[in-house]
Amino acid sequence: MLEPFFRWCESTALGRAVAESVWAFPILEAVHLIGLCVLGGALLVVDLRLLGLGLTSQPVARLARNARPWLVGSLVLMAATGVPLFLSEAIRAYYNTSFWVKVCTLPVALAFTFLVRERVARREADPPGATGRIVGAVSLALWFTVAAAGRWIGFS
Amino acid sequence: MIERFLGWLGQTSWSVALLESLYVWPLVESTHVLTLGLFVGTTVMMDLRLTGIAFRNVPVTAFTGRLLPWTRIGFAVMAATGLLLFYSQPLRYYHNIFFRAKVVVLMLAGANAAIFHAGVHRSAGDWDEDATPPRSARIAGAVSLTAWAVVVIAGRLIAYNWFDCDLQPQPGWVNRLAGCGAGAAGAE
Repeated sequence: MLEPFFRWCESTALGRAVAESVWAFPILEAVHLIGLCVLGGALLVVDLRLLGLGLTSQPVARLARNARPWLVGSLVLMAATGVPLFLSEAIRAYYNTSFWVKVCTLPVALAFTFLVRERVARREADPPGATGRIVGAVSLALWFTVAAAGRWIGFS
Repeated sequence: MIERFLGWLGQTSWSVALLESLYVWPLVESTHVLTLGLFVGTTVMMDLRLTGIAFRNVPVTAFTGRLLPWTRIGFAVMAATGLLLFYSQPLRYYHNIFFRAKVVVLMLAGANAAIFHAGVHRSAGDWDEDATPPRSARIAGAVSLTAWAVVVIAGRLIAYNWFDCDLQPQPGWVNRLAGCGAGAAGAE
């Protein structure tokens, strides 16, 4: 049902341009990984703290406030590089299970991060309670799934 | 000498088994890539603090004391998986221009971290809470950010070696930098 849409994606000018260039795909991938690094750091500083680890001498809210622009910025960078990567091989992605795992967990991870985690991090007591620990663990598990499925797209 | 050793290493049965494995190699590679989020991720957060760009109201020693152990765990995993990946195709990586660039910049990043910890970090107690750390700490942070970005980019490009010794003709400077020659031909 969605296949015509994926065919259209791959026929877009951006998709064609990336697919036909020798350098574009690898360079976009490399920048996508830079985004992964910043995202990982911005998430871990807060999630470890929610789990009672890492920067335990600092209030959760202070860490979350500092990390937020880097969290949002890295996600923007990953989307800006991830979309052209996808467009260049949309039909292959359509038949790739890992791609679907990533695409289905990504909105869940995003919603959890900005609807649940952000609120909890803002008013979490010190030391974090059970809620904080669960939120930190769920956040790490969700983003790990997104990243692992993303890497596995290339292997499957 | 090195080439003969690496050639032998690449023909050991475990190296061949690793390279040809259906799942082990991808799992090792995936672990290497995902651990970037832990290792480079926590390094980037620390460097942002050192440069005074972010976390300006968080003491520097909170990062160097409580986040650094996590960075070290990340580095250990990166190093272990990275060595395994190298072991799967030693001669091919040895002659890969992006691998060589990565190793050089990796050593620069290591030297920069060593200089920081042996130098300005010793007096961190004096400027721990300063929103903008001293100049040498800011430089260490900026050098680290740049070096690790180059390492990540070069690392990703290793897999797309347009300058492989087997893909001749290449410009003379490429063959020199990659060390292409008799020993490199037919690497694995």
